Amino acid sequence: MSGVGSGYDLAATTFSPDGRLFQLEYAGKAVDSAGTVVGLRCKDGVVLGVEKVIRSKLLVKGSNRHVHSVDTGMGIAVAGVLPDGRYMVNRAISEAANYKSFYGQPMLGHVMCDRLSQFMHLFSLYGGVRPMGTTVFLAAYDRNGPQLYQIEPSGISQRYFGCASGKGRQQARTEIEKLDLKELTCAQAVKEIARIMYTIHDETKDKPFELEMSWVSDDTGRKHVRVPEEVVSAAVEEAKRAIEEADMSD
Amino acid sequence: MEMPTEKRYPIVMRDIEEDWRNAEHSMGTSIMAVQFDSGVVVAADSRTSMGAYVSNRVSDKLTPVHERIYCCRSGSAAHTQFVADIVKYYLELHSLELNTLPTVLSAAQLFKTVCYRNKNNLTAGIIVGGWDPVHGGSVYSIPLGGVLVRQPFAIGGSGSTFIYGYCDANYKENMTKEEAVAFCRNALSLAMARDGSSGGVIRTAVITKDGVEREMLPGNELPTFFEQ
Repeated sequence: MSGVGSGYDLAATTFSPDGRLFQLEYAGKAVDSAGTVVGLRCKDGVVLGVEKVIRSKLLVKGSNRHVHSVDTGMGIAVAGVLPDGRYMVNRAISEAANYKSFYGQPMLGHVMCDRLSQFMHLFSLYGGVRPMGTTVFLAAYDRNGPQLYQIEPSGISQRYFGCASGKGRQQARTEIEKLDLKELTCAQAVKEIARIMYTIHDETKDKPFELEMSWVSDDTGRKHVRVPEEVVSAAVEEAKRAIEEADMSD
Repeated sequence: MEMPTEKRYPIVMRDIEEDWRNAEHSMGTSIMAVQFDSGVVVAADSRTSMGAYVSNRVSDKLTPVHERIYCCRSGSAAHTQFVADIVKYYLELHSLELNTLPTVLSAAQLFKTVCYRNKNNLTAGIIVGGWDPVHGGSVYSIPLGGVLVRQPFAIGGSGSTFIYGYCDANYKENMTKEEAVAFCRNALSLAMARDGSSGGVIRTAVITKDGVEREMLPGNELPTFFEQ
């Protein structure tokens, strides 16, 4: 089956004549077709939100975790292929623990970002392995303030005020750009993310989803934890009401 | 009747001290570090001995491991130089990754890891003193076994045994730079007067956010106390 990449897309270690690494682009497509993930860096912390598509009615609510803590003040949200994401999370946990043991203090956000970037990049340097099919959202709150990083399958990483990936990323980014992130607090951000997720979710076309959120902020004592169930439910209720009202006033 | 044969012992001429020609370079030493209001003072004597022979009477036991972090070395000169070089290497890489000055704690943790994991093969008593933008001035002591402990001031080396009382009695919190340097000079002078393995000059390094000031006090200008 010949497509755009024909012949040059069989290995992550092969460039195409026009300088593209097709396997990395395909890895990106795996992320783009998965559930939406949104991250917001606020005045007092960072909030991450994941749209977890519910594959089966038999799933226990709260299972199939997409957001994990990797250190006391750092957390990762996985977008894309979940097992690849777990591999990144385990690596991050190990890096953070070793760093603390070696240097006597917790790892800083920008150092973790660099380490994960280099790790992702490794998989495009060797034959016999494939790139990770995940984009990692890294939330950190250390002495340099709250930070949000996005690390892509190629190893490119950026620091963001707000970012999104997955199916609804275009719409999510549009919504994020409307927010005043310099003034937004984490409590408000939880509601905004809920609103964004439900706005971009098409009831007729998309499968039902569960919203998983986590945050690290002054209120949590700079610890990365899941947003409490009640807070998420309240935010979801408010989001649904806001969308209904918007629909009715059209 | 035959005399029972005596066992014959070879006759040996040997110094009471270990033969200095084959002795290891040791830094019987007096070292100390003191945290004051805006930084840290590290200070040391300058005697390196091989047994009874003073192989270097002007040695420098204050070794920088980064821009604002020094270590005071006591024990085996070879061991401590080697350990300091290793820590310097790791600290440099660490600060490049961090893109800022490393903390004194990180330096001390690295020293501890090397000293503890190789405790069976090392004779190294190290005091780490420095300034970093996160915690300001701090002093850490890593004695022989590889324990790491933070202290407001630390003393080490063979000469330190003679000045525990003096230091405990005269240390004050939040001293000025001048007070801290005088405290070090007095303490080390007393140690050098009583410890045969310490002597020479007193070297000091004052570390603050503005940099490192190094000074040397020659032996004939040391503060004097009760002399018989």
